[in-house]
Amino acid sequence: MKSAVIVFPGSNCDRDMAVALEKITGQKPLMVWHQDYDFPVVDFIALPGGFSYGDYLRCGAMSARSHVMKEVVKRAGAGVPTLGICNGFQILAETGVLPGALMRNANLHFVCKDVELTVENTDTMFTSGYIAGSNITVPVAHHDGNYFADDATLDTLEGEGRVAFKYANNINGAQRRIAGITNKAGNVLGMMPHPERMIEPALGGSDGRILFESIMNRLG
Amino acid sequence: MKARIHVTLKNGVLDPQGKAIEHALANLGFGGVDEARQGKYIELDLTETNREKAQAQVDEMCRKLIANTVIENYSIELE
Repeated sequence: MKSAVIVFPGSNCDRDMAVALEKITGQKPLMVWHQDYDFPVVDFIALPGGFSYGDYLRCGAMSARSHVMKEVVKRAGAGVPTLGICNGFQILAETGVLPGALMRNANLHFVCKDVELTVENTDTMFTSGYIAGSNITVPVAHHDGNYFADDATLDTLEGEGRVAFKYANNINGAQRRIAGITNKAGNVLGMMPHPERMIEPALGGSDGRILFESIMNRLG
Repeated sequence: MKARIHVTLKNGVLDPQGKAIEHALANLGFGGVDEARQGKYIELDLTETNREKAQAQVDEMCRKLIANTVIENYSIELE
Protein backbone atom coordinates (compact mmCIF):
# COMPACT_ATOMS: atom_id res chain seq x y z
CA MET A 1 0.00 0.00 0.00
CA LYS A 2 1.55 3.26 -1.17
CA SER A 3 0.58 6.14 1.04
CA ALA A 4 1.18 9.87 1.22
CA VAL A 5 1.25 12.14 4.26
CA ILE A 6 0.48 15.77 3.42
CA VAL A 7 2.65 18.20 5.37
CA PHE A 8 1.68 21.83 5.99
CA PRO A 9 3.59 24.50 7.83
CA GLY A 10 2.55 23.78 11.41
CA SER A 11 1.69 20.10 10.97
CA ASN A 12 3.14 18.22 13.93
CA CYS A 13 1.73 14.70 13.80
CA ASP A 14 3.06 14.02 10.31
CA ARG A 15 6.00 12.02 11.67
CA ASP A 16 3.80 9.99 14.05
CA MET A 17 1.62 9.18 11.05
CA ALA A 18 4.67 8.24 8.96
CA VAL A 19 5.99 5.90 11.67
CA ALA A 20 2.58 4.27 12.06
CA LEU A 21 2.14 3.80 8.32
CA GLU A 22 5.62 2.36 7.85
CA LYS A 23 5.24 -0.05 10.78
CA ILE A 24 1.83 -1.26 9.68
CA THR A 25 2.11 -1.27 5.89
CA GLY A 26 5.82 -2.04 5.68
CA GLN A 27 6.30 0.84 3.25
CA LYS A 28 7.61 4.30 3.99
CA PRO A 29 4.94 6.84 3.06
CA LEU A 30 5.65 9.69 0.73
CA MET A 31 5.93 12.93 2.70
CA VAL A 32 4.26 15.57 0.53
CA TRP A 33 5.12 19.19 1.35
CA HIS A 34 2.07 21.35 0.62
CA GLN A 35 3.84 23.16 -2.20
CA ASP A 36 4.60 19.91 -4.03
CA TYR A 37 1.00 19.38 -4.97
CA ASP A 38 1.76 17.45 -8.13
CA PHE A 39 2.61 14.29 -6.16
CA PRO A 40 2.71 10.71 -7.50
CA VAL A 41 -0.33 8.45 -7.50
CA VAL A 42 -0.81 6.74 -4.12
CA ASP A 43 -3.32 4.27 -2.69
CA PHE A 44 -3.97 6.22 0.47
CA ILE A 45 -3.71 9.85 1.61
CA ALA A 46 -3.32 10.96 5.22
CA LEU A 47 -3.85 14.51 6.49
CA PRO A 48 -2.05 14.64 9.83
CA GLY A 49 -2.72 16.53 13.04
CA GLY A 50 -1.11 19.77 14.06
CA PHE A 51 -1.78 23.47 13.91
CA SER A 52 -1.34 24.23 10.24
CA TYR A 53 -0.86 27.93 9.55
CA GLY A 54 -1.08 28.53 13.29
CA ASP A 55 -4.84 27.97 13.17
CA TYR A 56 -5.10 31.47 11.66
CA LEU A 57 -8.65 32.66 10.89
CA ARG A 58 -10.13 29.22 11.77
CA CYS A 59 -8.51 25.81 12.33
CA GLY A 60 -7.74 24.35 8.93
CA ALA A 61 -9.08 27.37 7.02
CA MET A 62 -5.81 28.27 5.31
CA SER A 63 -4.76 24.70 4.52
CA ALA A 64 -8.17 23.94 3.07
CA ARG A 65 -7.57 26.62 0.40
CA SER A 66 -4.05 25.44 -0.48
CA HIS A 67 -3.07 24.02 -3.87
CA VAL A 68 -2.29 20.62 -2.41
CA MET A 69 -5.80 20.38 -0.97
CA LYS A 70 -7.30 21.05 -4.39
CA GLU A 71 -5.42 17.96 -5.52
CA VAL A 72 -6.41 15.94 -2.43
CA VAL A 73 -10.07 16.90 -2.84
CA LYS A 74 -9.91 15.87 -6.50
CA ARG A 75 -8.38 12.49 -5.65
CA ALA A 76 -10.72 11.91 -2.71
CA GLY A 77 -13.59 12.67 -5.08
CA ALA A 78 -12.23 10.02 -7.43
CA GLY A 79 -12.32 7.48 -4.59
CA VAL A 80 -8.81 7.49 -3.12
CA PRO A 81 -9.07 6.49 0.57
CA THR A 82 -8.33 9.62 2.58
CA LEU A 83 -7.95 9.98 6.33
CA GLY A 84 -7.88 13.28 8.21
CA ILE A 85 -6.80 13.16 11.83
CA CYS A 86 -7.39 16.08 14.18
CA ASN A 87 -6.21 19.12 12.16
CA GLY A 88 -6.67 16.89 9.11
CA PHE A 89 -10.35 16.51 10.04
CA GLN A 90 -10.66 20.28 10.51
CA ILE A 91 -9.14 20.79 7.06
CA LEU A 92 -11.52 18.29 5.44
CA ALA A 93 -14.48 20.03 7.07
CA GLU A 94 -13.22 23.42 5.86
CA THR A 95 -12.96 22.11 2.28
CA GLY A 96 -16.53 20.83 2.50
CA VAL A 97 -15.50 17.23 1.71
CA LEU A 98 -16.96 16.42 5.12
CA PRO A 99 -19.97 18.31 6.47
CA GLY A 100 -20.02 20.42 9.63
CA ALA A 101 -17.32 22.31 11.48
CA LEU A 102 -14.97 21.79 14.42
CA MET A 103 -15.39 24.50 17.02
CA ARG A 104 -13.65 25.49 20.26
CA ASN A 105 -14.22 22.83 22.95
CA ALA A 106 -17.33 23.70 24.92
CA ASN A 107 -15.43 23.77 28.22
CA LEU A 108 -12.67 25.88 26.60
CA HIS A 109 -9.99 23.42 27.75
CA PHE A 110 -7.34 21.86 25.56
CA VAL A 111 -8.11 18.17 26.06
CA CYS A 112 -5.07 15.91 25.96
CA LYS A 113 -5.69 12.37 27.21
CA ASP A 114 -6.65 8.85 26.25
CA VAL A 115 -10.39 8.61 25.66
CA GLU A 116 -12.89 5.84 25.06
CA LEU A 117 -14.54 5.81 21.67
CA THR A 118 -17.52 3.73 20.66
CA VAL A 119 -17.26 2.18 17.22
CA GLU A 120 -20.59 3.12 15.67
CA ASN A 121 -20.25 1.57 12.24
CA THR A 122 -17.95 -1.26 11.19
CA ASP A 123 -19.23 -1.22 7.62
CA THR A 124 -16.57 1.24 6.42
CA MET A 125 -13.14 0.70 4.91
CA PHE A 126 -11.63 2.31 8.00
CA THR A 127 -13.46 0.39 10.70
CA SER A 128 -14.12 -3.10 9.31
CA GLY A 129 -11.61 -4.65 11.75
CA TYR A 130 -13.45 -3.41 14.83
CA ILE A 131 -16.42 -4.95 16.61
CA ALA A 132 -19.57 -2.85 16.22
CA GLY A 133 -20.58 -1.13 19.42
CA SER A 134 -17.29 -1.92 21.15
CA ASN A 135 -15.25 0.69 22.97
CA ILE A 136 -11.67 1.41 22.02
CA THR A 137 -9.05 3.64 23.63
CA VAL A 138 -7.37 6.31 21.53
CA PRO A 139 -5.73 9.58 22.57
CA VAL A 140 -7.08 13.03 21.79
CA ALA A 141 -5.13 16.29 21.87
CA HIS A 142 -7.15 19.25 20.70
CA HIS A 143 -8.64 22.61 21.57
CA ASP A 144 -11.11 22.75 18.70
CA GLY A 145 -12.77 19.37 18.39
CA ASN A 146 -16.32 20.29 19.23
CA TYR A 147 -18.18 18.93 16.22
CA PHE A 148 -21.03 21.09 15.00
CA ALA A 149 -23.57 20.60 12.24
CA ASP A 150 -27.24 21.47 11.97
CA ASP A 151 -29.83 18.91 13.04
CA ALA A 152 -30.73 17.91 9.49
CA THR A 153 -27.06 17.16 8.72
CA LEU A 154 -26.64 15.23 11.96
CA ASP A 155 -29.76 13.17 11.17
CA THR A 156 -28.40 12.43 7.70
CA LEU A 157 -25.00 11.40 9.07
CA GLU A 158 -26.56 9.06 11.60
CA GLY A 159 -29.18 7.78 9.19
CA GLU A 160 -26.60 6.92 6.54
CA GLY A 161 -24.23 5.26 9.01
CA ARG A 162 -21.61 7.91 8.45
CA VAL A 163 -20.77 8.38 12.11
CA ALA A 164 -17.78 6.05 12.50
CA PHE A 165 -16.86 6.89 16.10
CA LYS A 166 -18.51 8.59 19.05
CA TYR A 167 -16.93 9.62 22.33
CA ALA A 168 -18.12 7.32 25.12
CA ASN A 169 -18.18 10.47 27.28
CA ASN A 170 -18.62 13.88 25.73
CA ILE A 171 -15.20 15.44 26.27
CA ASN A 172 -15.57 18.53 24.10
CA GLY A 173 -19.24 19.35 23.60
CA ALA A 174 -19.49 17.66 20.20
CA GLN A 175 -23.03 17.35 18.84
CA ARG A 176 -24.26 13.81 19.51
CA ARG A 177 -20.75 12.98 20.84
CA ILE A 178 -19.45 12.66 17.28
CA ALA A 179 -15.72 11.93 17.08
CA GLY A 180 -15.37 10.82 13.47
CA ILE A 181 -17.45 10.83 10.28
CA THR A 182 -17.16 9.60 6.72
CA ASN A 183 -18.22 11.18 3.44
CA LYS A 184 -21.20 9.81 1.56
CA ALA A 185 -19.06 7.59 -0.69
CA GLY A 186 -17.31 6.18 2.39
CA ASN A 187 -13.72 6.71 1.21
CA VAL A 188 -12.99 9.73 3.40
CA LEU A 189 -12.83 9.60 7.20
CA GLY A 190 -12.22 12.57 9.45
CA MET A 191 -11.74 12.10 13.18
CA MET A 192 -10.37 14.15 16.06
CA PRO A 193 -8.73 11.27 18.03
CA HIS A 194 -5.29 9.99 17.05
CA PRO A 195 -5.27 6.28 16.08
CA GLU A 196 -1.67 6.68 14.81
CA ARG A 197 -0.57 7.20 18.42
CA MET A 198 -2.02 3.89 19.58
CA ILE A 199 -0.48 1.28 17.31
CA GLU A 200 1.53 -0.91 19.69
CA PRO A 201 1.59 -1.83 23.38
CA ALA A 202 4.66 0.35 23.99
CA LEU A 203 2.45 3.37 23.21
CA GLY A 204 -0.19 2.26 25.70
CA GLY A 205 -2.32 0.15 23.40
CA SER A 206 -2.93 -0.90 19.84
CA ASP A 207 -6.59 -0.05 19.25
CA GLY A 208 -5.57 2.49 16.59
CA ARG A 209 -3.66 -0.10 14.60
CA ILE A 210 -6.89 -1.85 13.58
CA LEU A 211 -7.98 1.25 11.67
CA PHE A 212 -4.91 1.14 9.44
CA GLU A 213 -5.15 -2.64 9.08
CA SER A 214 -8.78 -2.24 7.98
CA ILE A 215 -7.70 0.12 5.19
CA MET A 216 -4.94 -2.28 4.15
CA ASN A 217 -7.36 -5.18 4.06
CA ARG A 218 -9.67 -3.22 1.81
CA LEU A 219 -6.90 -2.22 -0.55
CA GLY A 220 -5.55 -5.78 -0.63
CA MET B 1 -12.37 51.69 -0.99
CA LYS B 2 -12.44 50.12 2.45
CA ALA B 3 -14.46 47.07 3.37
CA ARG B 4 -15.30 46.40 6.98
CA ILE B 5 -16.40 42.85 7.64
CA HIS B 6 -17.98 41.48 10.78
CA VAL B 7 -18.09 37.72 11.20
CA THR B 8 -20.37 36.42 13.93
CA LEU B 9 -21.53 33.01 15.04
CA LYS B 10 -24.99 32.04 13.89
CA ASN B 11 -27.81 31.98 16.40
CA GLY B 12 -28.00 28.64 18.13
CA VAL B 13 -24.28 27.94 17.72
CA LEU B 14 -22.70 27.62 21.15
CA ASP B 15 -20.06 30.29 21.76
CA PRO B 16 -17.97 29.13 24.72
CA GLN B 17 -15.60 32.10 24.43
CA GLY B 18 -18.53 34.52 24.52
CA LYS B 19 -19.79 32.68 27.61
CA ALA B 20 -16.39 33.07 29.28
CA ILE B 21 -16.43 36.82 28.53
CA GLU B 22 -19.96 37.04 29.96
CA HIS B 23 -18.85 35.30 33.18
CA ALA B 24 -15.70 37.41 33.48
CA LEU B 25 -17.76 40.60 33.15
CA ALA B 26 -20.06 39.36 35.90
CA ASN B 27 -17.02 38.55 38.06
CA LEU B 28 -15.82 42.13 37.60
CA GLY B 29 -19.13 43.34 38.94
CA PHE B 30 -20.66 44.47 35.64
CA GLY B 31 -24.36 43.68 35.87
CA GLY B 32 -26.93 43.78 33.14
CA VAL B 33 -25.09 41.74 30.51
CA ASP B 34 -27.53 39.08 29.38
CA GLU B 35 -25.26 37.54 26.81
CA ALA B 36 -21.86 38.04 25.16
CA ARG B 37 -21.05 36.71 21.70
CA GLN B 38 -17.56 36.85 20.26
CA GLY B 39 -16.87 37.48 16.60
CA LYS B 40 -14.21 38.74 14.22
CA TYR B 41 -13.63 42.06 12.53
CA ILE B 42 -11.66 42.24 9.30
CA GLU B 43 -10.74 45.33 7.30
CA LEU B 44 -9.79 45.21 3.64
CA ASP B 45 -8.32 47.98 1.48
CA LEU B 46 -9.69 47.44 -2.00
CA THR B 47 -8.45 48.83 -5.29
CA GLU B 48 -11.95 48.51 -6.76
CA THR B 49 -13.75 51.85 -6.89
CA ASN B 50 -17.14 50.65 -8.16
CA ARG B 51 -19.34 50.02 -5.15
CA GLU B 52 -21.43 47.24 -6.66
CA LYS B 53 -18.41 45.36 -7.94
CA ALA B 54 -16.66 45.75 -4.59
CA GLN B 55 -19.72 44.42 -2.77
CA ALA B 56 -19.84 41.38 -5.05
CA GLN B 57 -16.10 40.78 -4.68
CA VAL B 58 -16.08 40.98 -0.91
CA ASP B 59 -19.19 38.84 -0.68
CA GLU B 60 -17.39 36.13 -2.61
CA MET B 61 -14.31 36.51 -0.40
CA CYS B 62 -16.49 36.03 2.66
CA ARG B 63 -18.18 32.93 1.26
CA LYS B 64 -14.93 31.36 0.07
CA LEU B 65 -12.62 32.12 2.99
CA ILE B 66 -13.39 34.81 5.53
CA ALA B 67 -16.50 33.19 7.03
CA ASN B 68 -17.39 29.53 7.46
CA THR B 69 -21.05 29.70 6.59
CA VAL B 70 -21.74 26.40 8.35
CA ILE B 71 -21.39 28.22 11.65
CA GLU B 72 -20.93 31.91 10.88
CA ASN B 73 -22.78 34.89 9.42
CA TYR B 74 -21.03 37.91 7.95
CA SER B 75 -21.90 41.51 7.22
CA ILE B 76 -20.08 43.89 4.92
CA GLU B 77 -19.81 47.67 5.11
CA LEU B 78 -18.18 49.60 2.30
CA GLU B 79 -16.71 53.06 2.67
